Amino acid sequence: MQELTYDIVIIGGGPAGLSAAYSAYKNGADDILIIERDFELGGILQQCIHNGFGLHHFKEELTGPGYAQRCLELIANKPEITTMVDTMVLDISTEKKVLAVSPKEGLMKITGKTIILTMGCRERTRGAIRIPGERPAGVFTAGAAQRMVNMVGYLPGHKIVILGSGDIGLIMARRMSLEGCQVQAVLEICPFSNGLTRNIVQCLQDYDIPLLLAHTITKIHGKDRVTGITVAKVDAKMQPIAGTEFDIECDTLLLSVGLIPENELSRGLHLEMHPLTNGPIVDQHRTTSMSGVYAAGNVVHVHDLVDFVSEEAEIAGKFAALEVKGKLHNDLRKIKVKTGEGIRTCVPQILDIPPEGEAVKLFMRVGAPERKVKLEILSAGKVIQNKILPVAKPSEMIAVDISAENTKLMGSELIVRLSRGV
Amino acid sequence: MTVEKRTMNCITCPMGCEMTVTIDDGIVINVEGNSCLRGKKYAEVEVTAPKRMLTSTVKIKGGILPLLPVVSQAPLPKEKILACARELRKISVEAPIVLGQVICGNILGLGVNVIAARSMKQEEQKV
Repeated sequence: MQELTYDIVIIGGGPAGLSAAYSAYKNGADDILIIERDFELGGILQQCIHNGFGLHHFKEELTGPGYAQRCLELIANKPEITTMVDTMVLDISTEKKVLAVSPKEGLMKITGKTIILTMGCRERTRGAIRIPGERPAGVFTAGAAQRMVNMVGYLPGHKIVILGSGDIGLIMARRMSLEGCQVQAVLEICPFSNGLTRNIVQCLQDYDIPLLLAHTITKIHGKDRVTGITVAKVDAKMQPIAGTEFDIECDTLLLSVGLIPENELSRGLHLEMHPLTNGPIVDQHRTTSMSGVYAAGNVVHVHDLVDFVSEEAEIAGKFAALEVKGKLHNDLRKIKVKTGEGIRTCVPQILDIPPEGEAVKLFMRVGAPERKVKLEILSAGKVIQNKILPVAKPSEMIAVDISAENTKLMGSELIVRLSRGV
Repeated sequence: MTVEKRTMNCITCPMGCEMTVTIDDGIVINVEGNSCLRGKKYAEVEVTAPKRMLTSTVKIKGGILPLLPVVSQAPLPKEKILACARELRKISVEAPIVLGQVICGNILGLGVNVIAARSMKQEEQKV
């Protein structure tokens, strides 16, 4: 078995991994490896052929493959950065030994002085939401269908129903319409859509596709292939209401019912995980509970914009590079970030602040849609910063910058919460 | 003369501002609710001649994938989007292709080029 050693080993060659590698390189690291299991780099961006990416990060509107290519150009022809494709990481030991395998190279044991986890996320499937009914062919996750239509050249069906109105579901409704399919309806169990308003307009309204809010599927019909579904209205507790059922004919059901950070390797490393983000607990440098192991992007928490994935990965890349060069601060004060009223998640969950203070950025999600609220950041019972939010939606991450000066004022605990009635 | 009020969401950026647009005889005379000037501009175009970007794929021969993603270089008239998508389904190109290469010039005579959204290498010959 080949044994290799790198200063920084990056697991996953999507936007997070590529941005982390480039940032590590810019910050002086010269021995970087990216490991990718697909046949090429770029990750999920390669199948997201629609535009709307990159407005923040590259100040230009790009398609998914266009964004990936920008990231790839930044790391191209750099002897400091090695890439491996078709390579699957099987395990990472607590001594930071990465066990990987590829058809060309066989088994490899790769030791990383530091490791950056950028594995992204996976889609929830039918099993995760337990839809009753038959088990015919024709039920796909929206992302699997997207890869078929945009990269492989298969059409998964002709008469489509989509469950879930997150952005992937909405984008696929338009995509299937453009390929000549009939999209019968998009169903959403929540009383509100989790997608961007612009996507409801340009992906559903433009194609006269009905969006049924507070509806879910109670049965899938069909023996060999899907022939239809039964739909019912749901009550405030998201339970189907008897007597409201009706059938919709379709040959394909696409599921866009949420994403889960892909953390099998993180769990194998026994990293401390957060029960709501489903990702490793990190500090503002994206250091996990294990020294020398960093994590960034959708593996930490599911982002709504790839631009923020890149931003987060650049932080991880930078601090991994500083660690390798022995330039990390070692006099850090730990501050716990806790979520209060109205806030569901906040990343980072820990701040490690040097005596001179350090500017940090918090990324938060609310639990339910809100209007006219004040986001408050409290330390030792005092509000140290606040921000008025005209609208807050669970689907849109809220970012708040905290100045270095303000981090010096913090006690051992920080609370982020909403105050209503502003 | 007919004065009409219409509500619409701006789709220029992810903010999706909800706007109230006052239209007098087909011409926008007032826009409220927009956070920036792009909202006003969007409303004016949306009322008179709505436009959308188009992204799709075309067949590619000899490439590492059988499909090449493509994007319109500028927004196209909304009512022509489906016709343009149908037109792209007829096209087949050969690898290699570089990002930005014109795949369908002046699609349906609308004065807009459809270009490659990524580069695509040739498939390595299997020995």
